[in-house]
Amino acid sequence: MHEHLPVLVIVVPLMTALLIPLLSRFGGVRTAWTLVAAALGFSTYASWALLARVGQEGFVRYAMGGWLAPTGIEYVVDPLNAMVLVMVSSVGVLATLWMARGLAVDLAPERRSGYLTVFLLFVTGLMGITITGDVFNLYVFLEISSITSYVLIGMGRRRQALYAGYSYLIVGSIGATFILLGIGYLYQATGTLAMADLAERLPELFHQRNVLTAFAFVTVGLAVKMALFPLHGWQPSAYSQAPAGASIFLAATATKVSAYTLYRFVYTIYGPRFLIDVLPTARDLILVSACAGIVFGPLLALRQSDLKRLLAYSSVGQIGTIVLGVVLLDPAGTAGGILHMWNHAAAKGALFCVAGALAARTGGTRVKDLAGLGRRAPWTGATVTIAGLSMIGVPLTAGFQSKWLLATGALEAGMPLVVPVLLLSSLFTVIYVWRIGMLVWFAPDDVEPKVTSEVPWSMRIPGLVLAGLCLVLGVTSWAGTWAQAAAEALLR
Amino acid sequence: MDDLLRELVRHYKYVIYALLMVIGLYAIIAKGHLVKKIIGLNLLQTAVFLFYLSIGRVKGGTVPVLWEGDGAPVTPIYENPVPHVLMLTAIVVGVSTTAVALALVVRIHRAYGTVEEVEILAADEDEADEPTGDAGA
Repeated sequence: MHEHLPVLVIVVPLMTALLIPLLSRFGGVRTAWTLVAAALGFSTYASWALLARVGQEGFVRYAMGGWLAPTGIEYVVDPLNAMVLVMVSSVGVLATLWMARGLAVDLAPERRSGYLTVFLLFVTGLMGITITGDVFNLYVFLEISSITSYVLIGMGRRRQALYAGYSYLIVGSIGATFILLGIGYLYQATGTLAMADLAERLPELFHQRNVLTAFAFVTVGLAVKMALFPLHGWQPSAYSQAPAGASIFLAATATKVSAYTLYRFVYTIYGPRFLIDVLPTARDLILVSACAGIVFGPLLALRQSDLKRLLAYSSVGQIGTIVLGVVLLDPAGTAGGILHMWNHAAAKGALFCVAGALAARTGGTRVKDLAGLGRRAPWTGATVTIAGLSMIGVPLTAGFQSKWLLATGALEAGMPLVVPVLLLSSLFTVIYVWRIGMLVWFAPDDVEPKVTSEVPWSMRIPGLVLAGLCLVLGVTSWAGTWAQAAAEALLR
Repeated sequence: MDDLLRELVRHYKYVIYALLMVIGLYAIIAKGHLVKKIIGLNLLQTAVFLFYLSIGRVKGGTVPVLWEGDGAPVTPIYENPVPHVLMLTAIVVGVSTTAVALALVVRIHRAYGTVEEVEILAADEDEADEPTGDAGA
C-alpha cells in the first residue's frame, strides 16, 4: 500500500466525501463526523509518511494509473509540498476535532452533515493542489477547493455570510479564470501541462510574449486567491462570516496553499532566473505589494472591533511575509518564507480556535468580550497569548525563526529596506496583541467577564496543540532544517 | 494602421476572445444586479474556453477519431484534442460555480428581499446582527 500513498492521500477523503451523504442517513451527524475524522486521520498519517519518505529519498514521484508523465498525470512530492501537505492535513484533523462539539456553535442540526461533507471536499481540494505535478490538474483542484469554500462561507449564521460567500465567489472565480487563462498560454507556448516538462521547455521561450503574459495572469489570479495586498478585499468578511469550525481551517491553510502555488510557479516551473533576468519588473511589483501588505495588514487590524476581522487583516500582513520568500530568491529568504507558512498556520489556527470559543460562549466575536477571559478560562487565555506572541515574532516562538531567516535573506539579497518593513509590522502587531493580552489577563476587577467558563476539552485541545507548536517550532530547529532543505531543492 | 488591421484580421479569434473577456469583466464590475454579475462571470469563462479551443485548431485538420473500414478519411492531419478535453472539465467547473452562485443569490433574495448590491449593503449597515432568514438549506 505504501507505494500508493501519494494518490491515496487524495482518493480516500474524496471517496469518503461522496459516501457521507449516503451513510449519514444512518446515525446522522455522528456518522458523518466519524467518517470525516477517519478520512482526514488517514490523510494525515499518509502525509507524515510521505514527509518521512521524502526525507530519505529526496522526492517521490507517482504516475497516475501507470501512465508516465507527459501523457498521464504525475504526482510529485518534494520537501516543499510534503511540508504543505502535512500542514493542511494536520490542521484539518485538529479543526475536525474542534468541530466534534463546535458544530453546535453556529449551525442548525439539519445542516451539519452537509457542512461536514463540503468541509472534507475542501480539505481534499487543498491537498490536491499541493501534491499534483500537472498544472491543469492543479486548476481542477483549485476550483474544487474554491467552490467548496464559497459554500462553507455562505453557511455562516448571519445573513451577511451569504453576501460574503457571493462576493468571494465572484472575485475568486475571476482569479481562477485568470489562472486557467495563464495555463492556456503556457500550453500554447510549450504544448505540455506537466510541471517537469514545462520547467524544461520554458527557458528557451522566455522571449515569447505569451510566456510573459502567462506569468502575469497566473500571478494575479493567485494573488486574488491568497489575498495578497491590494487584492485582499474579499478576505475580512469571508473569514469573519464563515462558521467557526470552517474559519479555523480556512484561515490557517487556504491562503497558504495559494502562496505555495506561487512558489511552485516561480521556482519550479519558471525557475528563479526568470524573475532575475527576464522580468525584474514583476519581481519589484510582487515585492512592493508584499511589503505594502506587511505594513498595512496589521495597521488595518488595529481599527477592528471584531476579533475575526482583526485576525483576517493580520493575515494580509502574514501572507505578505510568506510571499516575501518568493521574491527574495535567496536560500535564507526562501527558507524563511516556507517556514513562515507552518508558523502562521499554527498561530492563526490557534487564534481562530479562540475566536470559536468566544463565539461559543458569547454568541459573537467582539474583541471587547475577551475582557477577563483569562480569569475564567485560563487555557484559552494561554492559547491566545502564546499564538499572539508568535505572530509578533518574539524570540523562542516560531514567528521569530522565520522572520529572522527572512531578514537575513533580505540582507543577503541586497534588499535591506525589507528589514525595517518587517520591524514596523511587528510593531503594529505588538499593539493589537498587547490590547488583546491586556483584556484577557488584566481587565479591571469590576468588569464581569462575558466568557464565564472554558469550552469543552475537545475544543480546547486543537488550540492548545497549535499554540504548543508555536513554542516547539520556536525552540527546536527541526522545522527550520526542513524549510532549508525545501529551499535548496527549489533553488537547485 | 494597415499593418495593425491586418494583424487583427489574421488573429480574429483572439480579438473575439479578448473582447468577450473584457465585456464579461465590465459586467461584473459595473452591474449592481447580482444575477447580471453572474452572467458577466459566465462570459469571462466562455471567453477562456474559446481561447483554448482556438489554440487546438490545426489548419486542414479533421476530427481526431480513428475510423476503421469504409469511410476512413485519408488525411492524417488531426485537430489537437487535448484543449477540447480540458475545456470539457472547465465547462463542468463553470456550471458548478454558476449553480452555487445562483443558489446563493436565491438565499440572498430570501434573506434581504432584494438582489441589488446597493440595497444589500445599505440593509447591512442598518442592522448589524440579523440571523439568516431560514436555517434550512
